[in-house]
Amino acid sequence: MTDTASDNDGTKPEGEETRRDFLILAAGAMGAMGGIGVVWPLIETMNPSADVLALSSTEVDISSIEVGQSITVKWRGKPVFIRRRTMDEISAARAVKIDELSDPQSDQDRVQEAEWLILVGVCTHLGCIPLGNKLGDPRGDFGGWFCPCHGSHYDTSGRIRQGPAPENLKVPEYTFLDESLIRIG
Amino acid sequence: MATPIHRYRIVQWIDYRLPIFSWTNEHLIDYPAPRNLNYWWNFGSLAGFMLVVQIVTGVILAMHYTPHVDHAFKSTEHIMRDVEWGWMMRYLHANGASMFFVVIYIHIFRGFYYGSYKSPREILWWLGVIILFLMMGSAFMGYVLPWGQMSFWAATVITNLLSAIPWIGETLVTWLWGGFSVDNALLNRFFSLHYLLPFLLCGVVFLHIWALHHRKSNNPLGIDIKSSKDTIPFSPYYTIKDMFGLGIMLFVLAIFVFYLPNYLGESINYIEADPLVTPPHIVPEWYFLPYYAILRAVPDKLGGVIAMVASIAILFVLPWLDTSKVRSARFRPLYKQFFWIFVADCIVLGWVGANPPEGSFILIGRICSIYYFAHFLIILPLLGKFERTKPLPESIHQAVLPSESPQNASGVPPDDPPNTTSPTPPSTGKQ
Amino acid sequence: MRYTIILVAILFGLTLVTISDADAAGDALEPPDHEWSHTGVFGTFDRAELQRGFQVFQEVCASCHSLNYIAFRNLIEIGFSEDQVKAIASEYEVEDGPDGEGEMFMRSARPSDYFPAPFANSQAARSANGGSLPPDLSLMVKARDGGLDYLYGILVGYEEEPPDGFELAEGMSYNHYFPGHQIAMPEPLYEDAVEYSDGTEASIDQLAHDVSVFLAWTAEPELEIRKQTGLKVLIFLAVFTALIYIIKRRVWAKLH
Repeated sequence: MTDTASDNDGTKPEGEETRRDFLILAAGAMGAMGGIGVVWPLIETMNPSADVLALSSTEVDISSIEVGQSITVKWRGKPVFIRRRTMDEISAARAVKIDELSDPQSDQDRVQEAEWLILVGVCTHLGCIPLGNKLGDPRGDFGGWFCPCHGSHYDTSGRIRQGPAPENLKVPEYTFLDESLIRIG
Repeated sequence: MATPIHRYRIVQWIDYRLPIFSWTNEHLIDYPAPRNLNYWWNFGSLAGFMLVVQIVTGVILAMHYTPHVDHAFKSTEHIMRDVEWGWMMRYLHANGASMFFVVIYIHIFRGFYYGSYKSPREILWWLGVIILFLMMGSAFMGYVLPWGQMSFWAATVITNLLSAIPWIGETLVTWLWGGFSVDNALLNRFFSLHYLLPFLLCGVVFLHIWALHHRKSNNPLGIDIKSSKDTIPFSPYYTIKDMFGLGIMLFVLAIFVFYLPNYLGESINYIEADPLVTPPHIVPEWYFLPYYAILRAVPDKLGGVIAMVASIAILFVLPWLDTSKVRSARFRPLYKQFFWIFVADCIVLGWVGANPPEGSFILIGRICSIYYFAHFLIILPLLGKFERTKPLPESIHQAVLPSESPQNASGVPPDDPPNTTSPTPPSTGKQ
Repeated sequence: MRYTIILVAILFGLTLVTISDADAAGDALEPPDHEWSHTGVFGTFDRAELQRGFQVFQEVCASCHSLNYIAFRNLIEIGFSEDQVKAIASEYEVEDGPDGEGEMFMRSARPSDYFPAPFANSQAARSANGGSLPPDLSLMVKARDGGLDYLYGILVGYEEEPPDGFELAEGMSYNHYFPGHQIAMPEPLYEDAVEYSDGTEASIDQLAHDVSVFLAWTAEPELEIRKQTGLKVLIFLAVFTALIYIIKRRVWAKLH
């Protein structure tokens, strides 16, 4: 008397086997779908929540910034430098040969209006906040910003000129809503 | 340990160093299980699954929840409204707790009915009771976290119970609170412990399954496994059967999570905790109601606490209180009746716990509480001595496989009932 | 076995009898059954009702009740456009700061801001309302037994005069459905209290219905997607479980 499941002894009709295989295949496929359906929301819960997304853009009134003056605003938890550049700073930025730069980029590509330089104030090396936005701050050898952590120098267009940082200071997405109001993000 | 997968060299290499493949085979695939297990045996795996659900949803919730009195309620609403799928995680976790208890209570009552707590499974049973205590602790602390009115006041009432302990009671409560009332210190430590306890639970579950696998499962006939003819490999038979049970349970869970998410809860918990306003009725979650009824049945504060703890602690000595040599209620016609009366008693106790301790509820609560203890302390010991049990079948396979036994498979035995757990009284051949 | 069942039945019966004696909530009437579009397995909110309800909330309730868990951006879910939401938000002022001088200041609200509360704190709310605290309404539908029907009942359940022999305390109003029948809130709704922008007739019944539905949404904004997801999950599980059952039967058939 057999007491364990007996193997197919070959006398079962063909249809029986394919039907069983189909069932197992169908169940397996549904199981996989179900598995993904379960795991996906778990991953999505870690996405930014609705209240965080609502604060993902900020509007800044730039009407009170004088020429040669900089302000820092907070955007998505990071500092954003807004500098109203002088003519000297603009021409210095434009005079630089692009191929001398370790991260080549023209000044024109980094601003929408030459007077207004808007940068994310986070050093592209390891994330410190470069100095140069406040009165009396050192500005490094290129008139822009200087990161005290490991000595990266940025120029008047926020491009990396000297030091360990691999990339220029990032330009965030922004729009001029009108003369005096920009929206960042 | 030759299994099909061992033909791969990499499998052999790993298995030689850490026998995960052999081990999986021994405990999940080839593991011999009685061939006659019915659906009441699905609930162990369902409980394990619910533990995983609670841990996964709990870890996700903990990413968004803030355990501070000023932020707890708000962060819970943040989860419900702003976090993607947050409402689903929260409702899964809250209703998952209820489902966990449904499953575990059925699992325990299966144990009562079929005598699964009897020798040689006493330690398996103790581990189960420890699991129950850990579950209750986790659930209680978890309910406090949203910091609603019921969270706060249930915490106040239950932690205050400790003050009933003579001499050290008040000090103990202050120590537990970390202050002079239920406040931020308590909330924060409850969050920490609520995160910890489920992992202790995992450890105890591991021991529970280890103990189970050492002596193998009980079965509806309550008689020992005699030979390999009595068993079948766990996979594919019980793996597929467990999957089916899982599908049914998930269906029921989904109905609650998606259509009746607050049915089992208290509406007042959607009001933020207010230490200066006590709700008109303080009620715990449904799975605590019977113990709550027992607590309130005793007019003395300390007596009530002792009775409440004893109502679960008594389970530790159940293997010795039940003196019957026969395990399964199938062969114990008297015990079977008392079992159902006991079930009814527990349900009525739950009903009493849900209602204010007034009027006829007080009397019913007391009667049912006394009966609860009488069942364990009086009825079970006496039944073992005086019950005439039905004769047991010779073996599992003989009772279950129709081709083997002279009659059909219903436990009607041949003339000489053989020795199983210990001598049964001579059979008269009558039911 | 037979007399076990009888015994169980008697126990149950006893308990049920004792329950029906007293309604612990203080003999308040059951709120009237009312039709809602979002109840049931396939329920959805009616956007027009929600927007009208929002108007009622703004013009009637918001003078005393806060709505702390709703941000202006949430109003997109009830059918307003982004521009409309910005316009609605800008009608309100919220506190911000400190500014460069360290002072707090008021500015017009943005979509990311939450509804400002009518009172600075609960003491201010109490002193303006004869000692009673108008509760926040965001979760009210979930925070009361009877939920939506109860809320609607309260709004339409006022009586000019209490019945004979009923002692009404100073400053309270008589209400059919409020437990104890005495409610501190004076009747908030009256005919044409609000002029609906979509022209719907503003009877008390209509106002009560719309604002109740609005509050049902504020309590459960996830309701529609919850039920839709639920339907998909249940159908999947039903099919999958049936499939597994068929396989289970076949696997076990081998044993016999």
